[in-house]
Amino acid sequence: MVTGSAPTDKGSFTLEDVSVTYGSETAIAGVSMEIAPTAVTALIGPSGCGKSTLLRCLNRMNDELGNARVGGTILLDGIDIYTSDYDPVELRTKVGQVFQKPNPFPMSIYDNVAYGPRTQGIRRRTELDDVVERSLRRSALWGEVKKDLKKHAFELSGGQQQRLCIARALATEPEVVLMDEPASSLDPISTQQIEDTIAELKAHVTIVIVTHNMQQAARISDQTAFMLRESMDHPAFLVEMGETRTMFTNPGDTRTEAYITGRFG
Amino acid sequence: MARQSSPISVSFRRTDTMPTPSSSRRRLGRPAKSRAADGVVRSIIRLNGWSAIVILAAIGIFLAYGGMRALSEVGFWTMMSGREWYPTIAEPRFGFVPLLIGSAAVTITALLLSMPVSLAAAVFISEFAGKPLKEVSKSIIEFMAAVPSVVYGLIGIAVVVPWVKETFALDSGLNALTAAIVLAFMIAPTIVSISEDALHAVPNELRQGSLALGNTRWQTTYKVVLPSASSGILAAVMLGMGRAIGETMAVLMLTGNAARIPGSLFESVRTITGTIAAEMGNVVQGGLHQSVLFTLGLVLFALTFFINLVADLVLERQRKRWRR
Repeated sequence: MVTGSAPTDKGSFTLEDVSVTYGSETAIAGVSMEIAPTAVTALIGPSGCGKSTLLRCLNRMNDELGNARVGGTILLDGIDIYTSDYDPVELRTKVGQVFQKPNPFPMSIYDNVAYGPRTQGIRRRTELDDVVERSLRRSALWGEVKKDLKKHAFELSGGQQQRLCIARALATEPEVVLMDEPASSLDPISTQQIEDTIAELKAHVTIVIVTHNMQQAARISDQTAFMLRESMDHPAFLVEMGETRTMFTNPGDTRTEAYITGRFG
Repeated sequence: MARQSSPISVSFRRTDTMPTPSSSRRRLGRPAKSRAADGVVRSIIRLNGWSAIVILAAIGIFLAYGGMRALSEVGFWTMMSGREWYPTIAEPRFGFVPLLIGSAAVTITALLLSMPVSLAAAVFISEFAGKPLKEVSKSIIEFMAAVPSVVYGLIGIAVVVPWVKETFALDSGLNALTAAIVLAFMIAPTIVSISEDALHAVPNELRQGSLALGNTRWQTTYKVVLPSASSGILAAVMLGMGRAIGETMAVLMLTGNAARIPGSLFESVRTITGTIAAEMGNVVQGGLHQSVLFTLGLVLFALTFFINLVADLVLERQRKRWRR
């Protein structure tokens, strides 16, 4: 019984000719794509092909790196998120992120999940209790921690910590959750649990996931985008994007086929 | 049999260099020279470690030895609880209380003045300053630590003494407050650089995590970064305190050196360090007064040792925390 409250038609991205430049180096260029709402979109490609960079464009975390410049247009539900009066802090309450390494804050499980809602001004204990329980249920951690919410987050296992981070991201009721290789530092059982969680979440939330694991992309995603950087002199680009089933059985580009079948990368 | 240069031994050796499981055994056969060198370096390092401990213990023993006469003739608790310090009259009084209060007043006031500014500076340097500004401020702060304390004393006499005298309409600007103000500047580099280290040690993933949840940089700083670095910051303050208690020259120049229990910060005080420095030159060798000053030194040594020990333990805990 998952009780997400995000409207099901929200959380779509439209990217037009997106490029990212670090100082004088253009990391990615000419990326245009549609990210469907309440579905899982996987970004795949070899290391260094700009998947994570593209992901960070979607919640403007590139802004925090100082020397990154984003070109082109990115629309969230039809609204340009890169105009000067669009507040990136506001954006990040709608577009949450789960990182590669679990990064719980050094505080209790409860306080970790309540962190975002408290920032948004929710102070009432009953309301916070509700959010914490709902978020932990959605990330499938509730059963394991409900008796001990005051426990320090560092006492959890790696897989539990990552599901805590998912709960933390869900607590602000985002429309989109970005995941940057969320299972790459976890064991197979924890990976399975994360994948199950993603499968449940997509009914209410848009998920964009970067992964190096082809089987994982094939298992969990609805859409797959394949990116490539052919040499360090040229920026990375989007090779092709399509329905995951088509991409994995009948890719349009020979480079996609070569990558998916493990011939390089 | 493999030692002889028979054809068998040659072929044996050749297979041995190939990456077979047995090749790992070769590591045991490290040349004796390398093993000997390793042993020598180990014992030199061990010697260094122990010598630090031995020297520290020797200082304590030396001070206790020098203070033996005072400890037996006056008594430790008589000194520690005596409220009067008249070391040179016919029937001398060796009460440490005015000196302990003098040191405490100057140290605590200096800490209270220095802490907010120093912590703000550390937070700015670690969390908000751009790279060039960060480098510049760090070197300025390091330079502040390198200025000799007598120079701070001179600046105090030239600038702070008249300012305190006028601002608070006092007869003299030589008092606890003046010394504390100058001391606040002197301990700032310690507090800033160690707190900055502690803030810097907070993993970047935590900042990213907080920003990604829709927090501003400032919210991220005070809700996640500062609490994560709290034990390191506490240690920074403790080390600053250790430095403040031990500081001698500047306080000697600025406190006014009246050895009596002060009624307020606007009164002249005398610190433990100032007393030792000012009186040690005028005592009779082997006399009771000299012995009392040694005891005073022992008290100071114990105080700073304890403060630094606690600070170190706290810092060690902080380090372990991020070594996951």
